[in-house]
Amino acid sequence: MTRLLMNRRGLLRTMGAGAAATMASPMFFTRGAWANEFCNSPEKSGKIIFGFNVPQTGSYAEEGLEQLKAYELAIKHINEGGGMLDTLKPLSLKGNGVLGKKVEFVSGDTQTNTDAARDGARRMIERDGAIMVTGSVTSGEAIAVQSLCQEKGVIYMAGLTHSNDTTGKDKRRYGFRHFFNAYQSGVAIAPHLASAYGKDRRAYHLTADYTWGWTQEESIKAATEALGWETVATVRTPLGLGDYSQYLTPVLNSGADVLILNHYGHDMVNSLPQAVQFGLRDRQANGKDFQIVVPMFSELMAVGAGEAVKGIIGTSNWHWALEDAGTQAFTKAYGEAYGVPPSQAAHTGYVQAILYADAVERAGSFYPPEVIKALEGHEFDGVGIGPTLYRDSDHQCFKDVLVVQGNDNPSSKFDVLNVIGKATRDEVTYDPSIFGGELGPYEPNQC
Amino acid sequence: MLYLSKTDRLKLLAFAAVVLLMPIWLTPLGAAYPGLMQKFAIYAIFAIGFNILFGLTGYLSFGHAAFLGVGSYTAVWSFKLLTMDILPAMIFAVIVSGIFALVIGFFSLRRTGIYFSILTLAFAQMCYSLAYSVLTPITNGETGLLLTRNDPRIIDTALGAAHVGAEGLPSPTFLGIAMSGYSGFYLCAVLLILAFFIAQKIFASPFGLALRGIKSNQTRMIYTGFNTKPYTLAAFVISGMFAGLAGGLLAVTDPIAGAERMRWTESGNIVLMTILGGVGTLIGPVIGAWVIEYFENIFSAINKNILNQTFDFLPDGLQNVIVTVASKFVGEGWHLTLGLLFVFIVVFLPGGLVEGWQKLMARFRGKGREKK
Repeated sequence: MTRLLMNRRGLLRTMGAGAAATMASPMFFTRGAWANEFCNSPEKSGKIIFGFNVPQTGSYAEEGLEQLKAYELAIKHINEGGGMLDTLKPLSLKGNGVLGKKVEFVSGDTQTNTDAARDGARRMIERDGAIMVTGSVTSGEAIAVQSLCQEKGVIYMAGLTHSNDTTGKDKRRYGFRHFFNAYQSGVAIAPHLASAYGKDRRAYHLTADYTWGWTQEESIKAATEALGWETVATVRTPLGLGDYSQYLTPVLNSGADVLILNHYGHDMVNSLPQAVQFGLRDRQANGKDFQIVVPMFSELMAVGAGEAVKGIIGTSNWHWALEDAGTQAFTKAYGEAYGVPPSQAAHTGYVQAILYADAVERAGSFYPPEVIKALEGHEFDGVGIGPTLYRDSDHQCFKDVLVVQGNDNPSSKFDVLNVIGKATRDEVTYDPSIFGGELGPYEPNQC
Repeated sequence: MLYLSKTDRLKLLAFAAVVLLMPIWLTPLGAAYPGLMQKFAIYAIFAIGFNILFGLTGYLSFGHAAFLGVGSYTAVWSFKLLTMDILPAMIFAVIVSGIFALVIGFFSLRRTGIYFSILTLAFAQMCYSLAYSVLTPITNGETGLLLTRNDPRIIDTALGAAHVGAEGLPSPTFLGIAMSGYSGFYLCAVLLILAFFIAQKIFASPFGLALRGIKSNQTRMIYTGFNTKPYTLAAFVISGMFAGLAGGLLAVTDPIAGAERMRWTESGNIVLMTILGGVGTLIGPVIGAWVIEYFENIFSAINKNILNQTFDFLPDGLQNVIVTVASKFVGEGWHLTLGLLFVFIVVFLPGGLVEGWQKLMARFRGKGREKK
């Protein structure tokens, strides 16, 4: 057993094989000798590739697939003009691609799973040569991919992510978010809750157990407690649960008269109808009608939840029926291409792709630090919901926030939400220091 | 201790060559990028470890992902608390997952067959739930455990060592070399070869023979006066440690640890890998791991555009038909393709891809002889 048969010759032979293999492998280590060397430079490869990394399977698949369609539309518009290219102001894109070259794309399935999301992003960056990665429907994915992109020196335009952490404690220099966040939802929804349900309420939270749920619970709790509401309990539920009855039963005897569902996607599509079937909304508690609030929801979820969504108050980043030119241009283009109105997940993805392309055009270069500087502090309009600012201190977009309510008498399958109010951009602007975090350096890492 | 039979030595050499030359032979397959090659090597280690338990003793553990997750969390915590150097991270990953395996194995191995599988599954789900919601201060729940710039990193601070990538997030290093990209792949590759070597030694040892005896008839082993418990437990712990090493490597090449890694689907995945490749063979699980990782990463990324480009040479009508049919099997439909492949393998080649290869070789050899 202890005989050492690997003699000197054998050892040398093995080492030789290993060394030869190492030498034969492609030499990608050559580091940049000049300043504007960066990961996947299109100036070098001659190709502009965007990476669309969205969930196509898993809890948030539906929104992910919509987002992917919107990205494909964005590519079409960047390359051929049309859509929001007619409404975005200021606009540098000419409708002939970016810096005169057509944009291509690659796509990947994040499986609503952070590990798979990072795998997908790495494939796009390392194999496909993506200059920019975008897309997400959960904050878990967004935060994981964002930190990966910072390490790789590739810009990440977050898709749908509503957690405060994305541009708060986990913000990154290479990550940008157009979508609104939980804090803004809280600020926007509070006055409407006060006017609809009064200032003397007892709230019970059911919260999806991950970064987004936590920050939304925190923000909504703070906003409602500022109104004078009392928080009875906050209960965390695992993501992707089908049956919420074990969580709904305790609500009945908790003394609460409002149920706040911090759920998104399939979770909300399951939990809200179950709560309604439980008879919660027909109940009286503390001498008041029992109410359910879903602080953040989307058309897709409203459609999924069906009847249950009628009268429910929540917030949205965007709605396809808005009157402004940007919204109408996008809704029209999307409707023509796919036959249905776009969701907010589709909208934010589309806008992010256009904004990135426009920033490159303005910067006149793909060099990430230049593009980042072109996006930071950029003030623009014409992408839906009024003038918008990309704040430089945390890469969060500031714009009006919509307060929506489930439509009692929908005229069509898609007419499920009514916009009942808006919180102005000034109202939802906050001090970036309240969430901490650090953006990190501009200098790109080489991938 | 390092002795190997002649065929085994040849196999090891060939295996080493195949693994180290991955950047070359994977290029035409579109998989030659460090991110995926690291996964290839890491999941191969995981599969080799799993095969030591399942392939040799026949004990089907349905909860091996737990050890993978434990390894990852341990490694990331080592990065956060101690140092960005990967050595302590990997050593701790192996040790801690070994301890977990010892505890879980001690209880689970009291039963055999399906009861054992269910027990391990239950333990793994417990670990997953703990990581997912109960222990969120330690695991950061669904978001996953990430490095931050102001982690303590006691050893690094004490040594005053400036870590690589000083302005941004630190990245894991091995003696000062950053472990992302190709260097990370070669690290995983070397460890994979080492793991393969250890597996060879175990397969050829009296210990391995005892394990195989347990697989073929445990009752008879016991009646001949052989205490099988320590053997199965040792196999369980060893395979748990392999999984921990794989988990640690996942964290080394990409410093994040998420609870999904412990999910039962991951445990199922490793079973699939092993069966797909060939249970109880040395190379089978490795091949199975590679095939499944390839499907997960490459097939899921194929979209209609790429299909259209691929079938561009066909006439328009035919191209449309083929693209429409094929698109159901790639992109979001990659699970379907994998499922079909799996059904095919289980029905026609119960011994996995390795058996397919052997049958093929036998046919060729048979024909050769006839000609003579």
